[in-house]
Amino acid sequence: MSVLKRITGSAMFTPLLVLLLIVIFNLIVQPGIFSVSINADGNLSGGLMLILLRSVPVMLLALGMTLVIATGGVDLSVGSVLAIGSAVSLSLIRGDTVAPTADTAMALWLVVVITMIVGVVCGLWNGFLVAKIGIPPIVATLIFMVAGRGLTQVITLERSITTGHLPFGQIANGFTLGVQNPIWIAFIIFMMFWLFTRKTAFGLFVESTGINKSAAKYSGIKSTKILLAIYAISGLCASIAGILSASNILAIQPARAGEDMELDAILAVVLGGTNMKGGKFNLGGTVIGAIILDLLPRTMTFLGVGIQYSMFIKAVVIVLIVLIQSPTTGRFVKSLFKTKVSNKQEVAANESV
Amino acid sequence: MKKALAVLIALTLVFVMAAACAEGGGGGSGNLTVGFSQIGSESDWRIGNTVSVSNAIEGAGWDLLFDDANQQQENQIAALRNFITQGVDYIVFGPIVETGWDAVLQEVKDAGIPLIMIDRTINMPNQENFYVSWITNNFEEEGVAAAEWLIAYLEHEGRMGEDINIVELQGTVGSGPQIYRMQGFHATVGRHSNLRISQTETGNFETEEGKRVMETFLQVAASNGETIDVVFAHNDGMALGAIQAIREAGLNPGVDIIIVGIDAVKAAFEAIIAGDMNATVECSPLLGPLVVEVIQDLEAGRTPPKTIINPRGTFDMSLYQVFPDRFTSAAAEVGNRVY
Repeated sequence: MSVLKRITGSAMFTPLLVLLLIVIFNLIVQPGIFSVSINADGNLSGGLMLILLRSVPVMLLALGMTLVIATGGVDLSVGSVLAIGSAVSLSLIRGDTVAPTADTAMALWLVVVITMIVGVVCGLWNGFLVAKIGIPPIVATLIFMVAGRGLTQVITLERSITTGHLPFGQIANGFTLGVQNPIWIAFIIFMMFWLFTRKTAFGLFVESTGINKSAAKYSGIKSTKILLAIYAISGLCASIAGILSASNILAIQPARAGEDMELDAILAVVLGGTNMKGGKFNLGGTVIGAIILDLLPRTMTFLGVGIQYSMFIKAVVIVLIVLIQSPTTGRFVKSLFKTKVSNKQEVAANESV
Repeated sequence: MKKALAVLIALTLVFVMAAACAEGGGGGSGNLTVGFSQIGSESDWRIGNTVSVSNAIEGAGWDLLFDDANQQQENQIAALRNFITQGVDYIVFGPIVETGWDAVLQEVKDAGIPLIMIDRTINMPNQENFYVSWITNNFEEEGVAAAEWLIAYLEHEGRMGEDINIVELQGTVGSGPQIYRMQGFHATVGRHSNLRISQTETGNFETEEGKRVMETFLQVAASNGETIDVVFAHNDGMALGAIQAIREAGLNPGVDIIIVGIDAVKAAFEAIIAGDMNATVECSPLLGPLVVEVIQDLEAGRTPPKTIINPRGTFDMSLYQVFPDRFTSAAAEVGNRVY
């Protein structure tokens, strides 16, 4: 009994259960969705790999978002920072605007590093507004969500940019040890997040800041620095997602890149079981949440559900998932169970009389 | 110190904005003044449209008052009222939505300012009394043109006897281009029993989304034991994403799978010339010269046509040799493309 309780009580239980239900549904109705094959180059490919691969951008945004939400904030700017990351990396790799296949003078690693620095700076700006000026996170990051979109337009001169730089494309489309690079990148970033928040005191500081900022401050936690660092990390994750997105399609559509992805990222965090009010967070759950968000629309496409209905069905499924996770539902179910038991006892008592 | 810094930042922003706005002014000088109320600047297409109309008006030597409504109908209504107050001679107007213009267009009419409508349309009682001319692209015709190219190509390849499996990457659900391009394409393809649209899904007019949906299409086809013969994308952006998905699946885009897009952007021309894509239908944003023609007609006392459909072309690298009157060479046109 206690083992069962430990399993069901674990923070990972509900996200995993939901994922499992969707997987089982797919396995019965459309097993082809999870096909795994080894392609001509000896690399893993097929449906399962695609699901992991395509959930990476939202996953990266959502990992950063998890920490932001844990501090009681929210980062609405991640979609725009992703677009900035795409625009900066593509402009640098392209170098000129004439010959799309021309190699640039700038080394690939330098392009990546500069883009990541830009992401950190964007995040620091958010952190500065939140931690130093004291603007509520939803407003502070909303400012950059709008401004960042404009900045992307400025960087790209309001045009789509494309490139034929193949080494740049290898970042997202290349394989290492048989697995496509973005999956490795997401895995490494997840491990870094996990080690940093679970094996150092940093995670505790984040949770304390989220639960009660003043109390954390009086216990000697430097909340301001924590917040600055958290928003910088979120910006960094978004810029990495931006590089991956640009590398994946070797292009950027400045007005559309990363559009609405901040909402998917928040949704992934919520599906993963992290409380929007801040405090305790669940990185593993966030990863599962991001995978669910890729798997749901994919399931609809596989089933051939019309576009008009698939959005509606997605919404219904998400409401159900959130309901399953809500403590109120948990209490309600328990109370149902209890009354049944007490009724039986009553009946038994009556019969014995 | 912190406060001083915040004030400094705020002041800098105000000055930058003031400087940016100052460039906009102008007007007066006895010359013709044209007010142009644009929807926004959400895409390459829209920006190309703004540049075309603005350049054409200024190129004709007239003064331009430009307003970007940033996707808000209120802003557009306010802009039209401003144009009336400023006493412009003509108004060029691209309505963001179809309804809700009754009051403001009546004011424009009462002020006696001729209104030229571009791109999208309005929907109100006696609407044709409220504009002199409507210059537009016909989305449904674009869908038809894509289907007609496909049928001509299949006939030319001798494949009209075979069963052809088509997948469709749709635009943003509910947008005009998505609805009418789908209708035009489906109606034309539907007349041929061997052409079957097996899968259809939205890619939101985005390259990355187009690639992702195409990956799933290929996977679904594989698990059903089918092969995909044709991709029809509601814009070139999604077609470019589909090309990459097809290549990564180990197939040869443009050869194993025929790819047709709409918009005729520069990147699509490059893909067609490289043989990765097969055709694209033009939906040109360059409405500026037509606007100038209408104003010149009115100035000379002539009545311009009520509805003007922007000429449309279909570009490819194979059929233009067989049907030079129906299709145009992509290689000959790519040099003229700015965006």
